[in-house]
Amino acid sequence: MTTPAPTQTLDLAARFPGSVTPDEREGYDGWIVAKEKLISFAQVVRDEFGYDYLSSLTGVDYLPEGKMEVVYHVYKTTGGPGLIFKVQVPRQDPIEVPSLMPVYPGADLQEREAWDLLGIKFIGHPDLRRVLMWEGFEGHPLRKDWQEAFFEEEAKPFKSRWPDGQFTMAEDRTPLGDNVAFPAGFDPKKARFDPETALYESLRQYDKEETGLETDHMLVNMGPHHPSTHGVFRMAVILDGETIVSLKPVMGYLHRNHEKIGERNTFLMNMPYTDRLDYLSSMSNNFGYALTVEKLMGVKPPERAEYIRVIMAELTRIANHVWAIGFLLNDLGAYFTPMLYGVEERELILDIFEAVSGSRMMCNYFRFGGVARDLPEGTLEKIHGIAFDRLPRKIDELERLLAENEIVRTRSIGQGVLSAEDAIRYSAAGPLLRASGIPYDVRRAEPYGIYDRFEFDVAVRYNGDIYDRMMIRFDEVRQSIRIIQQAVKDLPGGPITAMKPVYQVRVPAGEAYGRVEGPKGELGYYVISTGKSTPWRYHIRAPSFINLTAFGPMCTGLKIADVVGVLGSIDIVLGEVDR
Amino acid sequence: MDSKELNSPGYDVPPELQGQVAITTLDRIYNWGRAASVWPMMFGLACCAIEMICTAASRFDTARFGMEIMRPSPRQSDLMIVSGTVTKKMIPIIVRLYNQMPEPKYVLAMGACASGGGPFKEGYNVVPGVDRFIPVDVYIPGCPPTPQALLNGLIKLQEKIKGQSIKGARWYTKGPDEVEIPIPILGPDLIDPRKIDQIKQISKTAKKAEAQP
Repeated sequence: MTTPAPTQTLDLAARFPGSVTPDEREGYDGWIVAKEKLISFAQVVRDEFGYDYLSSLTGVDYLPEGKMEVVYHVYKTTGGPGLIFKVQVPRQDPIEVPSLMPVYPGADLQEREAWDLLGIKFIGHPDLRRVLMWEGFEGHPLRKDWQEAFFEEEAKPFKSRWPDGQFTMAEDRTPLGDNVAFPAGFDPKKARFDPETALYESLRQYDKEETGLETDHMLVNMGPHHPSTHGVFRMAVILDGETIVSLKPVMGYLHRNHEKIGERNTFLMNMPYTDRLDYLSSMSNNFGYALTVEKLMGVKPPERAEYIRVIMAELTRIANHVWAIGFLLNDLGAYFTPMLYGVEERELILDIFEAVSGSRMMCNYFRFGGVARDLPEGTLEKIHGIAFDRLPRKIDELERLLAENEIVRTRSIGQGVLSAEDAIRYSAAGPLLRASGIPYDVRRAEPYGIYDRFEFDVAVRYNGDIYDRMMIRFDEVRQSIRIIQQAVKDLPGGPITAMKPVYQVRVPAGEAYGRVEGPKGELGYYVISTGKSTPWRYHIRAPSFINLTAFGPMCTGLKIADVVGVLGSIDIVLGEVDR
Repeated sequence: MDSKELNSPGYDVPPELQGQVAITTLDRIYNWGRAASVWPMMFGLACCAIEMICTAASRFDTARFGMEIMRPSPRQSDLMIVSGTVTKKMIPIIVRLYNQMPEPKYVLAMGACASGGGPFKEGYNVVPGVDRFIPVDVYIPGCPPTPQALLNGLIKLQEKIKGQSIKGARWYTKGPDEVEIPIPILGPDLIDPRKIDQIKQISKTAKKAEAQP
């Protein structure tokens, strides 16, 4: 179902005879690369063909075929469709694939995630530790033959709940009454547990610099319970005085297994789960997932639904950005006052969401081939009022209060700089990438939905510091207002869904990678269907997670007090970082 | 609280002194003060934390209930709002924070995840309910609960506080100040120190079952 256009024009098979072949499985696309040639292949793809941006890297466990596959999605930052390539290795431990860190440093956290959840060893990765689970956890949970203690069945709805309703508690089925399982012969009294040492050792690698001076470095942990980490994020920092020598993000404290649960859910059941990824912008998450599955199904939503989707996605972006600006100011020390300005505007947008979907935050509004409900009476007038009258005024007011503020400028200009080259190398996305001078916006680079119809500018700023990352959010809010104004004017009548509302959709076998420009950056979904009721693989390319790859390098050399501001300017949401 | 509520029943205050004198019990006046100045811990786990922040912000405003002062340090807080999914990786920290809070302390499980695992209950890294490790005073349903629901839960907590008596309160009884909850260990899976013998037993029998066939 994916458009095969780009790969046909590139004759990569002739370039690497014998080691690169087109992927000819039904519904699949891209190239299969022999693992010996992977690094040289990636170098050619990046340097000669210009695919300089690694969007997504993930593993897939093909248990019946006895294969493990790593899938790479690369794009050009100048725009246009992407290129997919894959490496297949036999499914016998140790499963080894060369690391793409030398070519695409943005692979760092994604390779660690694939190692953690699927047990694929990336040879040459400098710091291959678990990233979401803790060091010492038994097994690699996303493998198809790994089951947790509460495991019931491969696919929902579970027979214990439906249709006869003989509900049984998962607690009653497990010996400990809890969702834990231990290896046979495990003796908790004799075992030693040490989930932290590996982290500290990896931090110490950077501690041995030969300066000729005897300096005593200090290790500081911030989080996971810390008021400035936007949730349960943790950073381990090595300090020289107050200057940061190295910083490692530590996450997984909110890892709630979206991908494992998603493989058991039916396609439609995953829709409300996407709400809980980036819980500040549920409509955008819905959008990405709906697009991906629609790609597989070959469904196109009707006109009215397309317009409603755009309006909702842009309202989400505004709600997210005012919140992000407020929190950034919190982190810079203006405790809660600027935030209340942001929260006020967000509340008004949440009222609209509540009217259309029934819920303030977890909207669950999009469906495959349309949206769940039409706009209720009076809502369009409300959106009209917000977009034409209130928001432009309020955004100007907020900017006037912040942009020229002496303290804000001193604390943010020139701090936490991310250069344009580094932003691409580390696969940064969204405002983080655009504030570094790369005008890359999926809405323009590869338009989805009906974004090609609207007139708007891709916001871009060039200094890549905290200040620019704050100001670019103002710019983006203004562009979103422009889009909403056009969409509200042109909103046609008609049906809101192309299909009958059903619980179970038929999804043909194949793979699809759908991406949208979420408020945090490029949000991608990689879904594999085998034609059954549940997806075989459901992977989320989370912008917050991958943006953190650049966090350590951005902070090195700064003072400890500025780290909080840098983190605030990246704008992460832990639901999406940890998934 | 008006004087009618404050005055203990059965004592008649002369009309000329009403408004200046109140006859009440220590419990009543003490609980009145405590219930109206609960300091929640600034502690957000997941989606529910966003609704908690909205509740504290201008539109819903927990300051009306004396709860607007959120303290990041557990040493200064009375109430832990467990706002979101509790994961196995996070539970040792939550238990440690709970142990660090001074008595009297309260726990409010906000939302489906904190109360019982919610939509993520089957997840391999999810603790199905924070009450497996720390005692919960108020549960709030919802995913996430609306700010109104959270306010309702906080009012319920105030009612609970007002019903307590100094006589029976555990922080005034003799013996150790508070009962520390053993901190869970991250081993091959989450280990509850209170269940170590059971875990050993089960792993032993699992080994036997494996060896037999």
